[in-house]
Order: sequence, then C-alpha cells, then structure tokens
Amino acid sequence: MSVAGAISRQNAPSSCASLLEIRDIAKRFGPAEVLKNISLRIAPGEFLTLLGESGSGKTTLLRLIAGFEQPTSGQIWMSSERLDTLPPYKRRVNTVFQNYALFPHLNVRENVAYGLRVKSTPKNEIAARVEDALGMVKMRDFAGARPATLSGGQQQRIALARALINRPQLLLLDEPLSALDANLRKEMQSELKTLQREIGIAFLFVTHDQDEAMALSDRIALLRNGALEQVASPREIYSHPATAYAAQFIGQTNLLRGEVRGDCVTCGAIRIYPVSSPDGPATFSLRPEAIKGILDATIGTPYMKFKATIRQQIYAGATELLEVDCAGQLLRVRVPAGEPLDGEHEFVFSPRDAVRIRD
Amino acid sequence: MTDIKSTSRSPLLAAYSALVFAFIYLPIVVLILYSFNRDGVGGFPPRHFTLDWYRQLFSDSAIWDSVINSLLVAAASVALSLTLGLLAALALDRANFPGKALFRRLVLLPLILPGIITGLSLLMFAVFAGMQLSLFTVFLGHGTALISVATTELFAGLQKLDRAQEEASLDLGATPWQTFWRVTLPNLKLSLIAAGLLIFTLSMDEIAVTFFLIGRDNTLPLEIWGRLRRGITPEINAVSTLIFAVSVALIVVWYRLRARSISPAPRELIETS
Amino acid sequence: MYSRTYKTLVAVPPLLWVSLFLLLPYALLFAHSFWLLRDGFIVHQWNLQNYRALFTNPLYLQVFLRTARIAASVTLCSLLLGYPLAYYLSFHAGLRKELLYQLVIIPLWVSYLVRGYAWKTILGSDGVLNGFLQYLHITHEPVSFFLYSPFAVILMLTHIYTPFVFLPIYAALEHIPRPLIEASQDLGANRRATFLRVILPLSLPGLLAGATFAFLLSLGDFLAPLLVGGPSATMIANIVQSLFGAAYDWPLGAAISVCILLITISLLFATERLEKRWSFK
Repeated sequence: MSVAGAISRQNAPSSCASLLEIRDIAKRFGPAEVLKNISLRIAPGEFLTLLGESGSGKTTLLRLIAGFEQPTSGQIWMSSERLDTLPPYKRRVNTVFQNYALFPHLNVRENVAYGLRVKSTPKNEIAARVEDALGMVKMRDFAGARPATLSGGQQQRIALARALINRPQLLLLDEPLSALDANLRKEMQSELKTLQREIGIAFLFVTHDQDEAMALSDRIALLRNGALEQVASPREIYSHPATAYAAQFIGQTNLLRGEVRGDCVTCGAIRIYPVSSPDGPATFSLRPEAIKGILDATIGTPYMKFKATIRQQIYAGATELLEVDCAGQLLRVRVPAGEPLDGEHEFVFSPRDAVRIRD
Repeated sequence: MTDIKSTSRSPLLAAYSALVFAFIYLPIVVLILYSFNRDGVGGFPPRHFTLDWYRQLFSDSAIWDSVINSLLVAAASVALSLTLGLLAALALDRANFPGKALFRRLVLLPLILPGIITGLSLLMFAVFAGMQLSLFTVFLGHGTALISVATTELFAGLQKLDRAQEEASLDLGATPWQTFWRVTLPNLKLSLIAAGLLIFTLSMDEIAVTFFLIGRDNTLPLEIWGRLRRGITPEINAVSTLIFAVSVALIVVWYRLRARSISPAPRELIETS
Repeated sequence: MYSRTYKTLVAVPPLLWVSLFLLLPYALLFAHSFWLLRDGFIVHQWNLQNYRALFTNPLYLQVFLRTARIAASVTLCSLLLGYPLAYYLSFHAGLRKELLYQLVIIPLWVSYLVRGYAWKTILGSDGVLNGFLQYLHITHEPVSFFLYSPFAVILMLTHIYTPFVFLPIYAALEHIPRPLIEASQDLGANRRATFLRVILPLSLPGLLAGATFAFLLSLGDFLAPLLVGGPSATMIANIVQSLFGAAYDWPLGAAISVCILLITISLLFATERLEKRWSFK
C-alpha cells in the first residue's frame, strides 16, 4: 500500500459530507515551518486522533482549528462555511485544554455555565443544562466546589462538561489525559469513548501516546515534522503501515531491507517469498508477534524459516520479547511467556505479514 | 511554540499608554532641559544653552559635602539592612518561634507606613535614649526602615533556592555552617546585590524619616530641600539631572541582575507540538 | 533539618533589633499620645485630652477629610493611568514588553524630591506650563491655580504613584495563565466579555495592593503639600510635622500619628482579608 494511497483514503471518509475540511494548511513561526500543506477531512461523529511526537505540529493544528493561531496559508472549512476567518468565540468548536484551564474565581457550576452566560441564555435554561452536563460527566455533587479543591480527574470532567454544554459540532481535546496517572488514564479513556459514542459529536483528539490513539480512535492521523505521514484506522495503520516511521511509531516492528528479484526478496539471512512488488531495493516491516518459534507453529503454508541466537529475553507478563541475532541482523520476536530460552532456535513467519513500506 | 506576534492590536490603548508614558517622563525631560537654560527655571521655550549651572554645581562644596554624607549613610545602611534582613529572611523561611506572625508584620510595617510616622517614632526613641541627632541617628533610621526591603527581596530569593542542594551538601559531609557559606549564600548572591542596590538608592533619596532625625550635617535630599526654601535656581536642575543619570545607570544594573536571579512571571506556555 | 542553634542564631538578632528600634519607638509614639504638653514641657500624665481635642476641634476633621479626599483622588487617577498601561504591556506589547517595563520602572528610582521639584518648576506662575500656554497664545496671563493648590498636590502624587500602582497590577496580569483567556474565547466570550469576566476579577488582588499602597502613602505625605500645595492644601501630616516643630506639642502630634497608624493598620488588615478571598489559590 503506497503512501499516496494511504493518504488518499482519508479523502473518502465513511460519511459523504465531511464536517471539517482542512485544505492545504501551512503554518510558519518565523523561519520555522511547523505545518506543511496539511489536507484532512473529519466526518461528523468521528473520533479522529492527531498522533505525533513533540514538535510534530499536532497541537498547532488543533489551535488553528480552535482559532488561537492563524494559518500562514490554506483554509479551514466547516459545514460548507469558511472557519479560519472567524474569531474563536464565533466558531462552533470547543476545546478541552491540556491543563483544563478552569476559571479559578468561579465555582464548578459557574465554570460549566460560562459559555451559556456569555450568550445571555435565560437563567432557567442555564440551570437545567448545567445539571444535565454535570450528570453526563458524573459530577453533580461538586456543583458548588471551586476548581482548586478538585483532583486532576475531576477537573478534567468539568472541563469536558464546560465544553460540551455548548453543543459544539466539533470537540477539540488537547492531550487531556496526559496529566493523569496510568490507572486513572485508562478509566478516563474508556469513559471518553463511551461519551463520544453517546453524544455523537466529532472529537478531534491530540496525543503522543500511540496506545491511547489506537484504543480510542476511528481514525488516526499520524503527524511527523509538520506533515501527515499516514491517515487510516488503527487496524489499518497497524497492519499496513505506510512508512518505516509509521511502522515504528505505532507498535514495534522489525525492518528488513533487501533487494526484490521477481517474487522473492532476500534480507540478510532471511528470505521472503512470494512478494508482489516491483524489483529493486525494498524495506519490509515485520511485527514481532508475527514471528513464532518453530515449536509453536500454527502457521499455515507457505512459511518462512530462519535460525537465530537468543541474546535477550524481556519478560512482560503474558508475553516475552526476545531479542535475537540472525547472522548479524538483530530482530525482535514476541512469544507467549514460557521457559527461559537460550542458544540458537528456529523461527517462522508468514510472508503475508511482511508489509512493504516506503523508505 | 506560541505565536511570536502579539495576540491583537489595539491602537486606542496604545495611544493611551503613550500618553501615560509621556505624563511619567515629561517632568523629568523638562527638568533636564532647563538645567541647560541660561535664563532660569521658568518661561518657555528655553533659549540660551549654557553649562554654567553645572559649573556652579561642581564648585558648590555644601552640595558635595552632603553627597558624601549621603553616601556614608547609604553604605552603612546597606550593610546593616542586608545583614539583619538576611537573618530575618532565614528566620522567616526556616524557623518557627513565638511571635513569628507579629514579627513578620512588624518588619514589613515601615514599608507601608508613611515615613513621617516611622521618623517621629525614631525621634522619640533617640530623645528617650539621650542620643544627639546626627548622621548616626539618620543611619539608624534608614538601616532599620530598610530592613523590610532586604527581608522581602531575600525571602523571595530563599524561596527559589532548591532545598535539595543544601541537603546534598549536608549529605556530603559539610556542616550547617559550611553549607551556609558554600551553598546558601552563593545562591543568594544575585538577590543580595539586587537588594543592596535598592536599599542604597532608597537611602540616598530618603527624606521623610531623615527629616526628623537629621542633625547638623545634611544629606543630599535635605540639602536640596533647604535650598528650595531659599529660592529656585537651575543649579538644582543640574544636580537633579545628575541624580537622574545615576539612577538610570543603577536601575539598568539592577534590572539585569534581577532578570537573572528571579524567573519571569509564570505563564503557561503551550508546548511545542 | 535546621538545628535549634541555627534557628536561634538567625532569629534572635533581627528580633532584638526590631524590638528595640521599631517596636519600642512605635510604643513610645503611642505612649506620647496619652501625655500632655504643659508650660513647654512634656508631662507624663496619662490622659485622653489629645484625642478629645482631635475629635472636638473641627479644624482637624476638616484637614483630615481634605487629606482623605486628596489621597482618594490620587489613588483613582493612578489606577486610571496605571491599569491600562499594565494591561497594554501585558497583552499587547509583544516583543517590546521588557523594554517598556524597564522604562516604567526607571522613574521609581528617580528621587521623589527631584520629581516633586520638577512639577514645582512646571506649574508655577512663571513656570514652564504657563510659559508654554502663553507662547501658544492659549492664555494671556499666568494661570495661578496650577501651583499651590490641591490640584498640584494630586497631580504630583499621581505622577509619583502611578508606577507604584502599575507594578502589582502588571504582576497580577502576567500571572493569569493564557489558556484561561483562550478558554474564555473558546466558550464564546468576545474580548470585552473576557476582560470583564476573567481578566479583571483575576487582577483584583494586584489592583487592591497597588491602590492600598498609593492611598496610604498619599495619606501620610507631608512633602508634596510643602513643595507644591500651599496653605490651601495642608494635609494631616503637615499638621503633625508643624506640631513637632516650634510648637513642640509632641503629645498632640503623637495622637494624630497614632490615628494615622490605626487607619493604616485597619486598611491593611481589611485589604489583606479581601486579597485572600480574591486570590483563588
């Protein structure tokens, strides 16, 4: 699957009419090009994650959509109307900020009601909707509290309620879970996903955590140095990464380099066939869990076989990660945890699991 | 990365701010201008440029005597205030003792009380103790009143100090005394210098407290004050201009130091992502 | 981590000094207010005569009200000048912020006397302002109320205290996390609403601190009236100062001083409570 193919896929999202369209957006800060020609569509009700390292441009893109930065070039459209020319307070978009940005001088109820109050919503309507919103995030009991007295997880829920009460068409979330500890994080991920499904609004979620992205998203947009590396569903990205970067950023992989001749490629001491790829130098991604010890062989035919010496065993509970040496080439193999292994062993994998990627 | 440009423009506010700046600087500009004016302090516009007033100033021994007096008092005040201020800051930061809250307020009181009250109180004390009013009583007044400045500045510096550094020093075998000299004090160096400069300047300019504690020898501000009663000459403009020039030099130094020792107001910067 | 010796060593010297040279003097002041001046000598006879005189003699009340009015005017004007300036620097100045901040601070370091003197030369009948107005033929005679009036005192003190008021407001504005402002806009509040609902409330502690400082110091100022105020602008501190002069009526002067002291302390106390309530930590 070529990169062009992978990216062109996002131009045909699941629904026909896209909610948000980012057309050829570029953003410069002085000499630095933070975003380079980004084009992306978000479908209504979709959970799309912007995934990338620090400096990849993901938060900048989010802020462009929210309205806190202006694009250097390009346009943003929402529901057939131009978005990037509007100030933030006129956009039907709301943000959950990374450190929540709750107003310290207002209590929970007043924080949540803020967006309605500035639009002069009638008082009884505000009261009713605030109750609803707090119930949705299970924080009804804290209505009179001040943000400073709440825990991180509680503040995060209030930030959510405060944003959602305005019924935006798109909710932006800027790494909202990064300040929480591991267990709370998992819990909140699950709640967020459920919430999104229930409400049905599109969520644009920014994170650098690939596990989080895979767990939550309908689609992942992988950003690297300001450009889109790949945009696809989590399963698609995992099983068919477009590039070496994508293959290594999401999950772990082995990169095998060799020369394709006909329907066969030799990467060091490992031979893979059949492959349907044009001749020439090529790189293949092979996931560690796709490789099995020969004794665990439940692999159908055809299968590839190679010998390697075990250098390290890293225990991980249900599985183990073996670092093996195959004639100088270092590979990782993930196997079910078992007896400590040693010495030289034979390993097998299916050629279908070796995915050609762009260098 | 945040947008380097300012978030928005507001020409009205900019114009208003420019006016405020003008208001703040206008008198000083006028003062300096007229120090070079042959025909005195009033009238408009100033017509004849001259350096005579400066020449007169340089041969005015009374002024220079008062300058020396002020310098002596200021230097001594810096020494006293810094020492006691450092101890007070340490005490407030690290010790708990009965009357701590009262002590803290008492130390800070001269900062916010009108100078006349502190001056009068000290005058009464001097009389009570049978002291002759002189530069020494002035020094006592300045030194005591300015402890508050030292304490505030040094307390802030102590808060910035990483306690772990002192713990590491003790862990490595240094005694508390050694730790103080090798770790605590060097870390406070910038705060000490900044505080010292501030105290020096405040002492040089002090009038209200000095007014009631002065003896036969004048400090610079009181010398000028006395002359103002006799009549205005541009010589006073000249000495004021010089005071201004020295103040500007000091503040530049102070600001450079402060920028290095105290971090800017915390703003949540958006991560580069 | 700190031994008892350490703690004693650091606490005792300043405690002793402050007790001797601050607590005791203030106590003496307090004591004097209850004593009497008789035949040119201060008599240590405890009584409330001085305070009675203060409250019954309309002159003192009149001067005190004038002082309060002047101090309030100075505070108000300083706020009107200082707040927008601080706001501009914090939110609109961008790269020039540091430089402009330094420029605002510089006058603070220039002698009070120098600045007061400057106004004296500007406002007088043959001063620069009158000269300027006549030069432009806006007026044909010197305007006399510029100098030696409460107006001049207010003008001079506003000039002195605007940078003082600026400082805490600027610090408070800088402390407002920018995401709060973005959140406000994100939720639909335009710039004006954001200012009124978020920025202003959060800057109140700084505003209060600056205003308190300007008010209290103006209240007790005696130099400005002497320099530019003239007899129509005599303030309460001038009365105290003259009582300590030839009149030698230290007890009465002390009584007035104690009143000023009490007002200062109560105001400080009140604003401290308010600041705590409004600081939303």
